Amino acid sequence: MIKFFLMVNKQGQTRLSKYYEHVEINKRTLLETEVIKSCLSRSNEQCSFIEYKDFKLIYRQYAALFIVVGVNDTENEMAIYEFIHNFVEVLDDYFSRVSGPSHTQASPYRAASPTCFQAGNQSSRCLC
Amino acid sequence: MSDIVEKTLTALPGLFLQNQSVSGPAAAKASFSSRLGGLVRGITALTSKHEEEKLIQQELNNLKATVSAPTTTLKMMKECMVRLIYCEMLGYDASFGYIHAIKLAQQGNLLEKRVGYLAVSLFLHESHELLLLLVNTVVKDLQSTNLVEVCMALTIVSQIFPREMIPAVLPLIEDKLQHSKEIIRRKAVLALYKFYLIAPNQVQHIHIKFRKALCDRDVGVMAASLHIYLRMIKENSSAYKDLTGSFVTILKQVVGGKLPVDFNYHSVPAPWLQIQLLRILGLLGKDDQRTSELMYDVLDESLRRAELNHNVTYAILFECVHTVYSVYPKSELLEKAAKCIGKFVLSPKINLKYLGLKALTYVIQQDPTLALQHQMTIIECLDHPDPIIKRETLELLYRITNAQNITVIVQKMLEYLHQSKEEYIIVNLVGKIAELAEKYAPDNAWFIQTMNAVFSVGGDVMHPDIPNNFLRLLAEGFDDETENQQLRLYAVQSYFTLLDVENVFYPQRFLQVMSWVDASLSFLDGFVAEELSQGAAPYKPHHQRQEEKLSQGKVLSFEPYGLSFSSSGFSGRQSPAGISLGSDISGNSTDTGLKETNSLKLEGIKKLWGKEGYLPKKESKTGEETEALPVPQENIIMENVDQIITKNDQSQALTQSKEEKEKQLLASSLFVGLGSESTINLLGKADTLSHKFRRKSKVKETKSGQTTTSQNMTRSSFSSSSNVTYEEDYYLDNFQDRGDKEVKKFSLNSELLDSESLTELPLVEKISNCRLSTPSLFADNNMEVFHPPQSAAASVANEISLTSSLLEETTEHMHSDLMEVCNNETISVSSYKIWKDECLLMVWSVFNKSASELKSANLEMAPAENFKITEQPGCCLPVIEAESTKNFQYSVQMEKPFTEGNLSGFINYQVMDTHSVQLEFSVNLSLLDFIRPLKISTEDFGKLWLSFANDVKQNVKMSESQAALPSTLKALQQELRLHVVDIIGNEGLLACQLLPSIPCLLHFRVHGDMLALWFRSSCSTLPDYLLYQCQKVRAWIDPQLPVPIPCFHPGMTRAFKAECFVSVFLSSRCKKHGKSGGDLVSKDSESPGHLCIVYPKTQS
Repeated sequence: MIKFFLMVNKQGQTRLSKYYEHVEINKRTLLETEVIKSCLSRSNEQCSFIEYKDFKLIYRQYAALFIVVGVNDTENEMAIYEFIHNFVEVLDDYFSRVSGPSHTQASPYRAASPTCFQAGNQSSRCLC
Repeated sequence: MSDIVEKTLTALPGLFLQNQSVSGPAAAKASFSSRLGGLVRGITALTSKHEEEKLIQQELNNLKATVSAPTTTLKMMKECMVRLIYCEMLGYDASFGYIHAIKLAQQGNLLEKRVGYLAVSLFLHESHELLLLLVNTVVKDLQSTNLVEVCMALTIVSQIFPREMIPAVLPLIEDKLQHSKEIIRRKAVLALYKFYLIAPNQVQHIHIKFRKALCDRDVGVMAASLHIYLRMIKENSSAYKDLTGSFVTILKQVVGGKLPVDFNYHSVPAPWLQIQLLRILGLLGKDDQRTSELMYDVLDESLRRAELNHNVTYAILFECVHTVYSVYPKSELLEKAAKCIGKFVLSPKINLKYLGLKALTYVIQQDPTLALQHQMTIIECLDHPDPIIKRETLELLYRITNAQNITVIVQKMLEYLHQSKEEYIIVNLVGKIAELAEKYAPDNAWFIQTMNAVFSVGGDVMHPDIPNNFLRLLAEGFDDETENQQLRLYAVQSYFTLLDVENVFYPQRFLQVMSWVDASLSFLDGFVAEELSQGAAPYKPHHQRQEEKLSQGKVLSFEPYGLSFSSSGFSGRQSPAGISLGSDISGNSTDTGLKETNSLKLEGIKKLWGKEGYLPKKESKTGEETEALPVPQENIIMENVDQIITKNDQSQALTQSKEEKEKQLLASSLFVGLGSESTINLLGKADTLSHKFRRKSKVKETKSGQTTTSQNMTRSSFSSSSNVTYEEDYYLDNFQDRGDKEVKKFSLNSELLDSESLTELPLVEKISNCRLSTPSLFADNNMEVFHPPQSAAASVANEISLTSSLLEETTEHMHSDLMEVCNNETISVSSYKIWKDECLLMVWSVFNKSASELKSANLEMAPAENFKITEQPGCCLPVIEAESTKNFQYSVQMEKPFTEGNLSGFINYQVMDTHSVQLEFSVNLSLLDFIRPLKISTEDFGKLWLSFANDVKQNVKMSESQAALPSTLKALQQELRLHVVDIIGNEGLLACQLLPSIPCLLHFRVHGDMLALWFRSSCSTLPDYLLYQCQKVRAWIDPQLPVPIPCFHPGMTRAFKAECFVSVFLSSRCKKHGKSGGDLVSKDSESPGHLCIVYPKTQS
């Protein structure tokens, strides 16, 4: 079961957060800080899964942006790991085709969305 | 700040300009949206948290003014919402906007409504009071002719909806299941899934519609329904077995690439769907051979298809392996799955290695040889630079810990503990170490030192049970007083040493432990001594329960286990008096024979549990021992030993470097005992893996059994007793003078042995022989294969009787008395328990006292934490006629072991056309309601005995020795529903099981005026509980006897410990002895369930 979904940049700023179980606002900030801290402490040689409290964190890094998913222990880590990538591909696909008025359509995704996911391509629209 | 931000900043204006230029008419909108852009840009540009706070506070103030201004249009409101969402996402309270979000969802046009709903779903939580205001909007939108509005309403329902308002929208959503648009159907299914999660009772009636959704022509709808099914099957797999075929077909189609390509992810067809289906199959096939057979093909195909070298196929493979090891085993698949695990573990990719370790941890209990195969990889992972990998490896080691490798494993765990800083990990690890130390500690010094380390690292955060258990162990001690003294002395000395070191900080709890030990041991010494003098059997830790008295007495009778290992010279090793076979072999004490079993074996152990010299000693010694061992084990053990030896030889030949040797040594010490233990497990596997398996082999035995002499049949009891003619003879012989019905009663109910039938002891055995043929324990599918006529009829009757009258049912099964649970002027509800073989059947009998008929009578059970309650069909009409009785039946299964549980529910009905009346009631259930006799042969008993790790042993005093055996047996059989497996001389073997299938074995032996009880089970808490029950029964036989202090176990619940203490101490005969006992209890009797009696110093 997925408990939360986070996009956080290397500076520790939250770009997107979605909680599937209610967490109080002040606790969210704390959790996000700790989560990004533990993600940043990992090297490439280490695996993409972290234990944090009673959650498992599964993270992927796209340029300066971390996508972190918190799950409980019934989840298949690798499936979530690939799910993150699927999500990113969908976002990328969706937003790169979109232009005109709907681009300005209000959406919290917008802030973190467009092509910045393609690692290395820190394009002009990147808000990481 | 990085240059990325700079780039971003320079790029942003261009971005928005570009947008505007592209979309001329949308320019006005863009000016609103750019406010969000501006906000985001502003925040990104800031360098400190403080600045961010200031900016957002300012923003929030602006927003607050805007949203409450009457001139604000909905369009502006929508824009404000977006910024509010953003602010709250960053962790700033925006609660002033919640009500406006709801309004926006109510009033806006499509786009505004959408933003309103989005804001609501992000702002509010399930129990937020404002959520109720949304219900009307949702109802309105659900009825809308605009599909988009319907979609939005369904989406919000599946995200967040107040539980108490479900009835308001449920019919509307049910209708949507038939909608022509698949997206609506899909969202309706997801909304119902949400309802199932928050209020399962409310959607019970639409299960049939879920089936339709599963067969929907649209893949999306089908996939959505899988969520519900996964949940429901997790809770009660038996109700959905008939769907196995459908799931298998779906998975076959998915794997075969029959889905539209849209569902492909990197050319793998619908991987997450596959994973979901594999999970469902794993749950359905668990312990069910027939169902499992349906899925072997598709599992095989999944394993084959997932060869593509992509992460997502590994995810599928992992799930596949998991499923293969969950369902009824098939050797081919297991082999393939094991290969797969090997691939994972050996992979250079770190994520795969992690997955491999996780899989290995899961399968290790079923197949310890797999750990042996990968032992070197495991050793490497133990020193892996990634702490997560290390931790997963420790988790694996924790699962394979035994008495031989405990020191090395705990040492590794402590090393990790010293390095970790995170509280959650420390708490978790400390608990595991303490558990292992108590279970397998090789000697006192090691135990105290380990516990000292545990306290000094985890003292501040650990679970309070750990120091409590530890102090209790010190206080209650063992059976050997000098041993006790030594332990305490050692503890105190070690504390002095620790306290002598200056400038060291110890956690509060550790200091408490120290001071408690020093200050009050004397007090407890007195208490313990007093109780001991009264014949109380003190607590004995696992490793020292070996009893001197028992083994000094005389050579044990080995016949119970004689069938498989009757070789006389060594049979002592397999008897209950010896430690388990595995530990004996690798324990490799220096001398063999009787003397060894007599002594406590501590010497041998001490030598061996040192760090040095594991490998060579073990090999040579094990080799010797295996030679002497009787047949069945020999081969397998030899194989295992060979395996280790060849492995070691191979790698030693490859490299002689010192480092490598060290690793080898570590490997041998880590995996010591595992090889031999696996022998036992493998042996046991045939038995314990599944009941059906054993059942099958029994059929074979029966065939051969028929050719043997009849005397032989009596001896080997059950295997041959399914010979029908033979059995009928039995009935004729033994029950000639009893009516037909009586015979049936005897053959079906182990519990109904009345006192008459037990006048002569051998009869007990014979009766139990007869009873074997009952359908009982293993509710399996190949039952009809060899059933004698009676039981076949009985099993049919079982099914029918559910709908038929109670009388029939109750004559067949043991049942409790009818007891009124609640009543009022119109009805009276009584209940009774029927202890059926496969479950507990609760019957609520509702009697309509009034002269008019009752309408819409409905009885419902509240979901209970520990039970799985299934309503039995049979009551179709919700009408109870005047002055008549109607029965409601529920079968109850236990989900996790507990001691006492409460089952509550309510009944509601209508008299004539008045309002409906509701009446609540509850009944108590105890663990005993779920204990059933386990009918096994002596041979099986022997095998099972060796395969169980958890044991509890206790001596109790008897008033008269020999005569007590039959009467005790009878009492145990009647009161606890134990099954008498065999009686040999002054020893008795009994077996029972906790439904659905946790076996527990009891060996007991009368020696002089002592009765030695010894329990073993695969479940850690069960032996303690049964011991406690036995003591109660024993007291019932002879009220003159003192009741001993119950022995405690770390796995026991607090409530149960409290119950033991209260019942023991409050019993009058205990009270008159020993002031300390009385004092302690009186304190507790005021607040029952509070455990301060046990450890007054630490708890307060």
